[in-house]
Amino acid sequence: MNTITTAARTATHDTPAAASVRQTGFVHDTATVFVRESRPLVRDPFSVMFSLVQPLIFLGLFGPLLVGAAGGDVAGTLQWFVPGILVMVALFGTASTGANLLFEMQTGSHERTLVAPVSRSALLIGRALKEVVPLVIQGTIVVVVAVPFGFRLDVPGLVAGLAILAVFGIGFGALSYTLALACRNRDWMFWMVHQTLLFPLMILSGMLLPLEDGPAWMRVAAAVNPLSYLVGAERALLAGDFGAPVVLGGLIAAAVTCAIGIVVGVRAMRRAR
Amino acid sequence: MTNSTNTNQMITARGLSKTFHSKGQRVEAVAAVDLSVGEGELVAFLGPNGAGKSTTLRMLTTLLPPTSGEATVAGCDIRRDPAGVRRRIGYVGQGSSGGHTQRVRDELHAQGMFYGLGRRESRARATELIESLELGQVANRQVQSLSGGQKRRLDIALGLIHRPELLFLDEPSTGLDPHSRANLWEHIVDLRRETGTTIFLTTHYLDEADQLAERVMVMDHGSVIADDTARALKSSLAGDRVTLTLGSATDAAAAAARIGGEVAGVGGVGGVGDLVVTATADDGARALPRWIRELSDAGIDVVAATHREPTLDDVFLALTGRSLRDEAATPTPAAA
Repeated sequence: MNTITTAARTATHDTPAAASVRQTGFVHDTATVFVRESRPLVRDPFSVMFSLVQPLIFLGLFGPLLVGAAGGDVAGTLQWFVPGILVMVALFGTASTGANLLFEMQTGSHERTLVAPVSRSALLIGRALKEVVPLVIQGTIVVVVAVPFGFRLDVPGLVAGLAILAVFGIGFGALSYTLALACRNRDWMFWMVHQTLLFPLMILSGMLLPLEDGPAWMRVAAAVNPLSYLVGAERALLAGDFGAPVVLGGLIAAAVTCAIGIVVGVRAMRRAR
Repeated sequence: MTNSTNTNQMITARGLSKTFHSKGQRVEAVAAVDLSVGEGELVAFLGPNGAGKSTTLRMLTTLLPPTSGEATVAGCDIRRDPAGVRRRIGYVGQGSSGGHTQRVRDELHAQGMFYGLGRRESRARATELIESLELGQVANRQVQSLSGGQKRRLDIALGLIHRPELLFLDEPSTGLDPHSRANLWEHIVDLRRETGTTIFLTTHYLDEADQLAERVMVMDHGSVIADDTARALKSSLAGDRVTLTLGSATDAAAAAARIGGEVAGVGGVGGVGDLVVTATADDGARALPRWIRELSDAGIDVVAATHREPTLDDVFLALTGRSLRDEAATPTPAAA
């Protein structure tokens, strides 16, 4: 195609050969978006701490209260509590990631990528895949912080647990981007929906306090909350129990979130102007 | 009229329209626009905020599907082959197009990859553009730390990464201080001289359109209402402005009546103040002494007299009855 356009130029212009613009595929585009999105993190690794502050506060300030209230030992409580914090990391980190896209939509940076010959699906999926990077780093930090206090680390369990969380994070990140695309210039609406959903999702997952003692309606709400399955799966996996039925439940919850997030997100990105 | 007739067409649009629906109201942002831009031309799209300039540009750059009409941009149909259009054009939108937490060089590199240049060529182009757009000092800094002028130069660099044959610039110098504006324009003029890139830009800076563009298209209320060189537009639509100051209100009234009624070559008379008469003339420099002589013969003494060449604002005023300067000062929210 470039040969045609070059030939079409009039001889009066001393045009340097056009850059070799090549048609790119979905995988190439997704990789480019992924690399671009990951770069600020590589350049400034400390920024990974930003969304880790809240989970660490919960671990440090809520954990001791939990120990006191339950009357158990620290190690046992951590064994129950840390997997929940891992899910919290996945939730907090990915839920607000749409704000980056929202900002890029407002500045014009996103518009620039829409004019480039980049696959629309790649613009979403590359961004969503990037969520895995901070999530895995943050999850690992949380576990490492808990170990000196008596948390027993099962490495294969942690790897499997982080893998499930990564799948969930891709989907939840995609949903956050979808919300950003739907809100466009109204960032107050993004944050309103974000705040309205985040804490109910967190509390109704049983990650902070067990829901077994809660009222029936809460247990019903927890049953339809994918996060409660994730929390269950993480507790089993981090204890090294790969065979527990809750692991399958968590895997399905993560996979379903991922599938819905990608489908809805890609549709929203294709319609985006 | 223009020199585009015997060269290849870079942009042709026929009946291009865009209708928005907002709060039950139908807003025709762009109404059946026909336009053509030849290869190598520098065309300015001038008009007040909300005239439909950006909407037209967004349709031509595949950002917005037209409600009706068709257009071919850089040889590709905007509806049937948007990907082909995107590969061939460069686009610099109104906003700042670098990601705020990205470094300048990284962003240029990623842009090259978006256009399929490959790693090595992307890196080489990034280095070239950093040099030619004087971004060397800030190449490793985050976009958010750049000044307005530096950000705009980065935007231009991003738009040029793949050496497009056609570059769209939407309000490229809006919000820049005069020094940065002049600097940006130097870069654009250099680019054009060196590569012959076709440039299609929107602006509401009259002086920019006047000095830099070979052709000016004036848009208002969604339609192109004039399309010619700035010189031709000014001489055919506006005429020179002549201002006479008289000694008394009676003399001013008499002079106005006389110029309006009897003197040849007068485009129109409009009083500014009690003692001042303004008029338009085809050739102000020649009209002025003749008018003064004729008025003097009639016993009317002219105290002071000036004439100036028309501006594109006078053209807009002649076409619409409104001044573009007033329009620009009060932006309408309808612009999409």
